[in-house]
Amino acid sequence: MSTIAVEHPVPRGATRARKRRVVGSVTLLLILLTAVVVSLGVGARGLSPSEVWYGLSAGPGGDHRLTEIRLIVQTVRVPRTVLATVAGVALGVGGALIQGFTRNPIADTGLLGVNAGASFAVVSVIAVFGFANPFQYVWFAFAGAAVAGVLVFGLASIGRGAGNPLTLALAGQGVTVFLAAMTTAVALSDKASLNALRFWNAGSVAGVGFGVIWPVTAFVAAGLLLALTTLPAINLLNLGDDVARGLGVNIALHRTVGVIAITLLAGAATAACGSIAFLGLMVAHVARYLTGPDYRWLVPYAGLLGAVVLLVCDIAGRLLVRPGELDAGVVVALLGAPFFAVLVWRGKFKSA
Amino acid sequence: MNGTDMDVTGMDVTDVDVTRAKPSVAPGVRLGRVSFVWRPWQVCVTLLLAAATFLVFCLSIGVGDFAIGLPQVIATILGRGEQVDEFVIMDLRMPRALAGCVVGVALGMSGAITQSIARNPLASPDILGITWGAGAVAVFLVTVSGGTATAVVNSVGLSGAALAGGLGTGLLVYVLAWRRGIDGFRLILIGLSVSAVMEAITTWLLVTADIRDVARAQAWLIGSLDNRSWDDVGVALWCTLALTVVVAGAAFQFKPLHLGDDVAAGLGVRYTLVRAVLLLCAVLLAGVAVSAAGPVSFVALVAPQVAMRLTRCPTPPMAASGMTGALLLIGADLVARTALPITLPVGVVTAAIGGPFLVYLLVRANLR
Repeated sequence: MSTIAVEHPVPRGATRARKRRVVGSVTLLLILLTAVVVSLGVGARGLSPSEVWYGLSAGPGGDHRLTEIRLIVQTVRVPRTVLATVAGVALGVGGALIQGFTRNPIADTGLLGVNAGASFAVVSVIAVFGFANPFQYVWFAFAGAAVAGVLVFGLASIGRGAGNPLTLALAGQGVTVFLAAMTTAVALSDKASLNALRFWNAGSVAGVGFGVIWPVTAFVAAGLLLALTTLPAINLLNLGDDVARGLGVNIALHRTVGVIAITLLAGAATAACGSIAFLGLMVAHVARYLTGPDYRWLVPYAGLLGAVVLLVCDIAGRLLVRPGELDAGVVVALLGAPFFAVLVWRGKFKSA
Repeated sequence: MNGTDMDVTGMDVTDVDVTRAKPSVAPGVRLGRVSFVWRPWQVCVTLLLAAATFLVFCLSIGVGDFAIGLPQVIATILGRGEQVDEFVIMDLRMPRALAGCVVGVALGMSGAITQSIARNPLASPDILGITWGAGAVAVFLVTVSGGTATAVVNSVGLSGAALAGGLGTGLLVYVLAWRRGIDGFRLILIGLSVSAVMEAITTWLLVTADIRDVARAQAWLIGSLDNRSWDDVGVALWCTLALTVVVAGAAFQFKPLHLGDDVAAGLGVRYTLVRAVLLLCAVLLAGVAVSAAGPVSFVALVAPQVAMRLTRCPTPPMAASGMTGALLLIGADLVARTALPITLPVGVVTAAIGGPFLVYLLVRANLR
């Protein structure tokens, strides 16, 4: 597919647009780096940049105070910052992909049932096995997300529905509705599940160790690689199935790869952080506003924006209600949604 | 028209009419100023749905600790029953069944309007802010006990306060989305944003609350038909009836809107007015439903899509959506009361039935 795009003569305005997009992505990267540094320093115990550097670089040893700094940075701040970045990228890219593949501007990463599947798995294993620790149920959450994603795609692929975006969206909706009902049924009959569910729904990047973060990162990386291969095809799919087929796009193949990518990305992020709603939807629209409709730019922008937004929201959550903390997922909606609404009102977005 | 066209184009009426194999113009009916297309299949399905709703309604009234046969139920409803039956039916069971009916119709029609205006099958009144606005207020009142909260609950009741919260949020969404008129796409995005804020507030209240309050709040958030009295039902019933009349009136002007604003204007439709009136109706209908049963989820989302597929209509049909909603809700209530080992709020059962049924209809349409 990429050859098609290359064969066209490049219009004169395109080089300027390209330059602007490159500058934009570099700016976003710099913002992301700043957010990472701030995230390492801010919290219940504020750390200066030199303390952060010590905490990152030092091995064991030093006096009591230095040991404490090292512990805070290495076991609390670093995992949390890495997870926020990874999950933010995953949800941002996932949101942009699902809007591209379903051609529906209100599609969100929860649409394929991954979130509902993960929640159901979590409340079920807590009700059955009595797990109390997120370390124990994160794998079930991921399995639940994957099973739900496969189920939705399987149902949507029966008969002539194969690869039809509306069928996919509605099948996802149907499965989500059913799983959400089952989740509620379990949670209402089991107190421990209900208790876990409310924290799950808030969505947090805190309190997860590297034992969980590395595998999640591996899944996200796999999802990103798959996503990269489909980007040129999404542009063509958005011209309509007939046009895309005429241009030689293997529609079913690309939709399948796309759905697998979305399931990997959203499933991994959800399993590690709980349900973080609205992020994918929001950054996909902002990215489209910044880059235009070309998915080869839109999707990477959405990923960077997702990481920035989730990191900033996590930092804000640590500062807003001191000495307590607001969960990142809650802050994303509380701060992100009004900001998004202002952009909408000022007429910044077009439908898909 | 056939399944594929409907699935590919979603709400778009134009493609479907063009690809019709039969004569391109369906027979029209004109009664004075009112004219409509005569679609026998749609009318039959709607009537069948109404009949099925009535049957389940009577069954639901008959089932209980004191079982009453179907003939006696119908006789009592018609005013020719025995005294014992009359007490049990009219005073105890009727309000609940009627509440289910009214809430179902209200949610079904509200969903049909929202999906039509947004021209998006994923839209539901939830995104107009009512559901989560009402939810946030109710959860606040349940979890933050004492002082003002208790005083508010005692004076207007939990449902009343929640309704006020829901309608207030709905109004906020409408005001925020207004910019030289209402645009469907802007309305959805603003609605999603405001709903997300309300949902986040609710989540945060639940995270910080005592676990005993959480269970109570969670049950309210799902919606339930338990302990309904005539007082609860009366207002909802009359409101829904009045709103149905308005919707029916506006619906005749509504069809051309699916062709786009310009075409609609060319056909003589004052589309800004029609859309504003219908949107207001959708908000009020959803509000009525919330006040009568809490925010029963998914009925408004699923009913129009199911009704569309049953009637083979290219757009969500108003009457059939309302009937589907009612059937789904009282059917679910019947199942919740009789078939399940544990008592669950009706919202859980509507979702457990509605979701798979939507998937079944999709798969069947794709296999044909």
